[in-house]
Amino acid sequence: MSANLTLLHDGRSDVIAVADPAHPVISPEHLESTLGWKLQPEGLCRGLVCVPVDQDALVAGDGLDLRVLAGALQRPLVTDEKHAVAALGASHHDRGEALASLEAPDFTLPDLDGNLHSLSDQRGKKVLLVAYASW
Amino acid sequence: MPDLYGMINVPTVLWIDEEGRIARPNDASFASNRFKLLTGIDSRRHLVRLRAWVRGEAPAMTPSEVRTHQQLPTAADQEARAEFTLAWWLSRQGHAADAEPHYERAGQLAPHDITIRRGTMRTRGLNPMGAAFFKLAFKSALARTPLYRPIQDSP
Repeated sequence: MSANLTLLHDGRSDVIAVADPAHPVISPEHLESTLGWKLQPEGLCRGLVCVPVDQDALVAGDGLDLRVLAGALQRPLVTDEKHAVAALGASHHDRGEALASLEAPDFTLPDLDGNLHSLSDQRGKKVLLVAYASW
Repeated sequence: MPDLYGMINVPTVLWIDEEGRIARPNDASFASNRFKLLTGIDSRRHLVRLRAWVRGEAPAMTPSEVRTHQQLPTAADQEARAEFTLAWWLSRQGHAADAEPHYERAGQLAPHDITIRRGTMRTRGLNPMGAAFFKLAFKSALARTPLYRPIQDSP
């Protein structure tokens, strides 16, 4: 028996088939197509980066235990079993490393007319970045 | 934005130089002194520095100073953001009651993250400009968790 799990990650959502949403196991194909990682003999790899992982714990039947995967990548994984949805957050290590590099993380946001603007478009100018809310 | 930059309240202000590097990290500063009585923040301190930097009359922080004043996200901060993401999705799907425990958990994990605690009030049927906010402010004061964290550098 399988069910669909909605996985929220990296600002998007993907619906993937899992046997049990409470203990999500994803296929190696989904690992690569959804999250960009691939299981190799040396660990979880994406591009030139490989992260060591306990493969005995990670591999569950024909798939990969999403909780073990999240732990190996130092990414928080929180779930709601009733609605079969999970959120895979960003690693504090990755976020911290990016900020500590002092290179301002790029982003793209729409203006009031829907036109998209990226921080990187402003290269060559001093930028005052102000985050505000009307609550 | 809050996730990428580790923002925990607004206003949050950063300076970014011509090369796209952070020249002054997350700071709490207002454009005027309208909220000075509530926040204790004098907007002039930041505005004077900002004008001097933009006009080339004074440098921004050194990289070492930026690093000293940065507060990098913790594992709990990131787990709180994941709980928030999940709760927000549930709310938008019409499952407000089921979202509530995830909002609560996010607030417990990162009680200092006002973008989550105040930013979700309206979605949760609370008034972010009313009693719910002032209760949050009072509890934060009791816990000595400041709502606003301006950079404490010399005048």
